[in-house]
Amino acid sequence: MASADGRALSGGEIIREITASGIEFVVSVPDITTSEGLLRPLVQMSTPRLIRVCKEDEGIGICAGLAYTGKRALLLIQQTGLLDSINAIRGVAVEYALPICMMVGLLEKEPGVPPRQSKRYGVRVVEPILDVMSIPYHEVEADADIAKIGPAIDEAYKASRPVVMLIGRRPA
Amino acid sequence: MMKRNECLKALARHVTDADIVLPVYSTAFDWIDIRPHPLNYLSHGAMGLASSHALGLALGRPDRRVIVLDGDGSLLMNIGTLVTIAEAAPPNLFHFVCENGTYEANGGHPIPGRGNVDFAGFARSAGWKSVHEFADLQIFEQQVGALLAERGPVFVDLKVVASGPQERDYARLHGAHVRQAFRETLGKS
Repeated sequence: MASADGRALSGGEIIREITASGIEFVVSVPDITTSEGLLRPLVQMSTPRLIRVCKEDEGIGICAGLAYTGKRALLLIQQTGLLDSINAIRGVAVEYALPICMMVGLLEKEPGVPPRQSKRYGVRVVEPILDVMSIPYHEVEADADIAKIGPAIDEAYKASRPVVMLIGRRPA
Repeated sequence: MMKRNECLKALARHVTDADIVLPVYSTAFDWIDIRPHPLNYLSHGAMGLASSHALGLALGRPDRRVIVLDGDGSLLMNIGTLVTIAEAAPPNLFHFVCENGTYEANGGHPIPGRGNVDFAGFARSAGWKSVHEFADLQIFEQQVGALLAERGPVFVDLKVVASGPQERDYARLHGAHVRQAFRETLGKS
């Protein structure tokens, strides 16, 4: 369903893209942006396996352990959890150069507004922080952006480095 | 109360070449002297996360035992891990905690709640079915082999004395060569 700006984001297509990328585990703390369109359908699936965590930085460790075993994982969280996990991301993902793939719902971001131009401080700071940490990221705001996800995950594993997909509106 | 290195020596007698072991901080330095091995996973990146790395390893390699040698301060920093692991329920994960009541690697300051915190109680409340506590080395030596034969996840609280200040070369834990050796060894087998 399209929103006021005439664009839409399909949760089903995102899940197909994730699955096609070889993701076998989704590690998650619920996020209201992705709750209905991504997490709830994923709960019904046997693959990828959903691992519920109490705190997002646990997920950084879990994804790291899985990476060493050759298994692909996706950490599905909210930007508040990303910010809370900065030290783990710094140590595990960046300094150890591990393919930690994060899909991050941007709580309270206005649909159609670039994250850096959001009126919400907690949204505006996300991309500059990722820039400072030298972590690549991709904005996923509309269906046309979904095709970025697979190559981003492949590149993270090929180069052994983290990547963030920023979900800018609620997937339907 | 037990000495940590004596507990680790007892444990090491039952650890095989196929096992992955994740020791933290001071325990890690003791462990790599007792059991040097490329499948020691030493680079955790942030305090408290060893058991989370272990869960990932256990899920990804269900054919191997994954043994965490945690600290009490480290576990307090990531106490939710007990709930997460209990729900995921990997049968090959073994979580030992060396409870010495101090942040030994950071000046020997006491942990919050020293002497009052019930780590085994935390684990039981989180849903772990197999939970053990030891304060007597002889009893631990007698039982550790059987513990490692149980279906996991298994939680073991080891009551140990603090070791005091020690010089530590953290490059032995965090060097890129350590991670590369682990990756290559795990990938071959």
